[in-house]
Amino acid sequence: MALLDVRELEKRYPTFTLDKVSFSLEPGYIMGFIGRNGAGKTTTMKAMLNLIHRDGGQVYINGRSFFENERACKEEIGFVMGEFDCYKNATLQKITDVTRRFYPDWDEQAYESYLSRFALEEGKKIKELSAGMRVKYALALALSHNAKLLILDEPTSGLDPVSRDDLLDVFRSVIEDGSRSILFSTHIISDLEKCADYITYIKGGKVLSSTDVISFREGYRLVSGDREHLEVRRPKLIGCKEHAFGFTGLIRAQDAGAFAACKIAPADLESIMIYTEQEDGHETASL
Amino acid sequence: MDLSLSGSSPLPIYRQLFDQLCSQILDGRLKSGDALPPIRTVARELSISVIPVKRAWEELEAAGFIESFVGRGCFIAPMGTDKLQKLKQAMAADKLSDAAAYCRGLGLSREEAAALLRDAWDSTEP
Repeated sequence: MALLDVRELEKRYPTFTLDKVSFSLEPGYIMGFIGRNGAGKTTTMKAMLNLIHRDGGQVYINGRSFFENERACKEEIGFVMGEFDCYKNATLQKITDVTRRFYPDWDEQAYESYLSRFALEEGKKIKELSAGMRVKYALALALSHNAKLLILDEPTSGLDPVSRDDLLDVFRSVIEDGSRSILFSTHIISDLEKCADYITYIKGGKVLSSTDVISFREGYRLVSGDREHLEVRRPKLIGCKEHAFGFTGLIRAQDAGAFAACKIAPADLESIMIYTEQEDGHETASL
Repeated sequence: MDLSLSGSSPLPIYRQLFDQLCSQILDGRLKSGDALPPIRTVARELSISVIPVKRAWEELEAAGFIESFVGRGCFIAPMGTDKLQKLKQAMAADKLSDAAAYCRGLGLSREEAAALLRDAWDSTEP
């Protein structure tokens, strides 16, 4: 059974609509949630957790409806939203004392082992922690109330490459026993390459694709060729960049036959995202 | 079991894993009945996601190199000398066909290419 099942989640704002967002995640895996700024990643996460009013849709945690069992479901979820910066002057100890009261399943032993593993000192104040340490502290709290599902909104943004790598190591070890999952949003493609099992790609409030990383990548190809090959094939290109000597573009794998005269190569995640975001024609219009 | 991944390889990660395990099974470094570590452990150790490891293991199983048992894990499949020989030939034929295409592309004759292979064979004699 899916640990997280989001079905047709809707949220309507005057200028933005989250349009029937659906995806699901099995226990034991990491899902990267990607899309540009404003694509609806944070809105989706907030609507999933009832932090903002939703206009439609359902969310199931381990088969139970989140909205009908909100309190019980929240005990199974660890949620870290943006920067963890409340009460900057409080010590970790103080914040932990407050937090543990909310969770009947609080596991003090686990908490202490995460503190030592992440090298966190309880006597320190939040403002004294680096961005990476704050995320780790938030994770320590979530994992100590035995959360099965971690929902993290851009946990790696603002971290230097070393701290980021370190945090991704933590992610992988969190899911290693197969019982927990992580959904995290990010702009950083290398985060996905290093640890995402599944990718959900959202664009303009709609889910474009939600699948495992291998299928995601194999669904596309990069093509390059001479300009003479371009015109008739343009409708099949998801996005393309033209230059004086030819063009490079992204196509769906099933369209590869039409590009036999061009060079065809496997697509990397970064190119998939860059070309897909051109789809609305900004780039081609300017040429 | 030795595994090392290259970020600059054009091959996807699951393919690199598959190739490396294949050659270790074929050259006898991994033997029938040897246990493979759990998929999740391999992923964590190599700092990669679970899916490529899972895919590599699935393909190894489909090709007859490994067997999996629910609850016990994966093991190198038992292989008679016949099967081992066939798998070796299939792997070698795969590499040689690239080499043959390369020779053909350079305009060498069949005999010239065969002679080159013989020379190469002799020069690598230990």
